Amino acid sequence: MIPAAFEYHRPRDIGGALAILTEHGEDARVLAGGHSLIPMMKLRMAEVPHLIDLADIAALRGITVEGGRVTIGAMTTQHELIASAALHDAVPLLREAALQIADPQVRYMGTIGGNVANGDPGNDMPGVMQCLDATYTLECPEGTREVRARGFYEAAYMTGRDDAEILTRISLKATRGGYAYEKQKRKIGDYATAACAVLIEAENGRVSSAAVSMTNLSDVPVFSDAAANALLGTACDRDAVKAAVAAALAEIDPTEDNRGPVKFKMHVAGIIIARAIERAWSRA
Amino acid sequence: MTKHILKMTVNGETHEVLAEPRELLVYVLREKMGMKGAHVGCDTSHCGACTVEIDGKSVKSCTMFAVQAQGANITTIEGLGSPDGLHVLQQSFKEHHGLQCGYCTPGMITRAHRLLQENPNPTEAEVRFGISGNICRCTGYQNIVKAILSAAAEINAAKEAAQ
Ligand SMILES: Cc1cc2nc3c(=O)[nH]c(=O)nc-3n(C[C@H](O)[C@H](O)[C@H](O)COP(=O)(O)OP(=O)(O)OC[C@H]3O[C@@H](n4cnc5c(N)ncnc54)[C@H](O)[C@@H]3O)c2cc1C
Repeated sequence: MIPAAFEYHRPRDIGGALAILTEHGEDARVLAGGHSLIPMMKLRMAEVPHLIDLADIAALRGITVEGGRVTIGAMTTQHELIASAALHDAVPLLREAALQIADPQVRYMGTIGGNVANGDPGNDMPGVMQCLDATYTLECPEGTREVRARGFYEAAYMTGRDDAEILTRISLKATRGGYAYEKQKRKIGDYATAACAVLIEAENGRVSSAAVSMTNLSDVPVFSDAAANALLGTACDRDAVKAAVAAALAEIDPTEDNRGPVKFKMHVAGIIIARAIERAWSRA
Repeated sequence: MTKHILKMTVNGETHEVLAEPRELLVYVLREKMGMKGAHVGCDTSHCGACTVEIDGKSVKSCTMFAVQAQGANITTIEGLGSPDGLHVLQQSFKEHHGLQCGYCTPGMITRAHRLLQENPNPTEAEVRFGISGNICRCTGYQNIVKAILSAAAEINAAKEAAQ
């Protein structure tokens, strides 16, 4: 499969990339790891007359962990993210989730920025970033702004990013307590049939804070306040988990596809959410 | 569309080719450089038959434009061994019956090669996880895993003997 012809640009800095993006408007798109965009171009589901490769922009790379604040450059690959010991110490949920994305080859190329900017409901990192209450930095020629992951996703492939903006980095706080990313897939390397990220902190045997979000169970990732609230103050016993699962399931809207009918997805989601909560609690 | 002059090092030799941006690396390797080792299996980024090593990463070359590899250092199966001088991994695949039709083998071996660079002494589970981006429809993987584990042991023994 060969995509339609396009012009290839490889700017050396963000300013250069933004200038090309502005010049060509809707006809231009940035290329990160290419492991969502290139398959779409090959299938001719995406036509990109001007492709702007971000590979040479050093400012988009790297992970910093400082004083409990974590910053991840958009062009950091899943492989680099998994390999970072400092990141793992600060936010262990990220490695756990990244290891469940695709396969080794895809993880060497696929970037964190591409994963969260893509807008495919099947992408795992958007839900994870909502659970972590991460912030995305968006840059355009007029300046930069910050958007919370929890408010970024509007519909499948529709996000709060303007066409003229580049997502440059992700910022979040180091976490404490228990964490889990549980994912049910048809085979290793597949997108989720259902997946769930959970963070739980405990104090005196009770849940003192919680966050629950879900992947590929609606046309956007779903962050469930209600599920977290059902856990707060409880000893995370069976009834509390049951109530949290019910609250989470009430907020999703899966559709039937080749991963199964809606009833099956609701069933799988219930099991995955419960497992994620229980595992996070066991580590809290 | 503007064509690009691409320079890259493939298996230690510098190659220069002219390519359109939309040309995928696997086709440039096969059709412009004559290296037919990397195979086009699924052509949808799933099967791993087109895996090559680029600057220390295992990459599905059907999912990278050749222009992205400008200046890169690439190793394909042709760079690992030859019919008269098989690489340890190739020898081990042969001995353990790690292949049948052979279509996935170049990708499988280049991937295994990278895996052993990063993890010279993997467990069976780590080998299975490490080759999860490569599909084989003949062997059921059993003998591929055996071949990689045995090659790892052989490489490590040779290293120890050299010390
Ligand atoms: C076989 C296979 C299995 C996969 N399985 C999974 C899986 O289980 N879970 C999962 O989450 N993903 C999966 N993926 C997708 C993979 O993780 C992609 O790498 C990821 O979705 C996109 O990241 P990328 O860097 O490759 O982005 P690209 O493909 O380069 O870009 C994707 C989109 O985001 C835009 N974009 C990229 N970077 C930026 C930026 N910095 N600013 C603004 N826009 C940007 C691009 O213009 C494009 O529209 C799979 C892919 C394959 C091929």
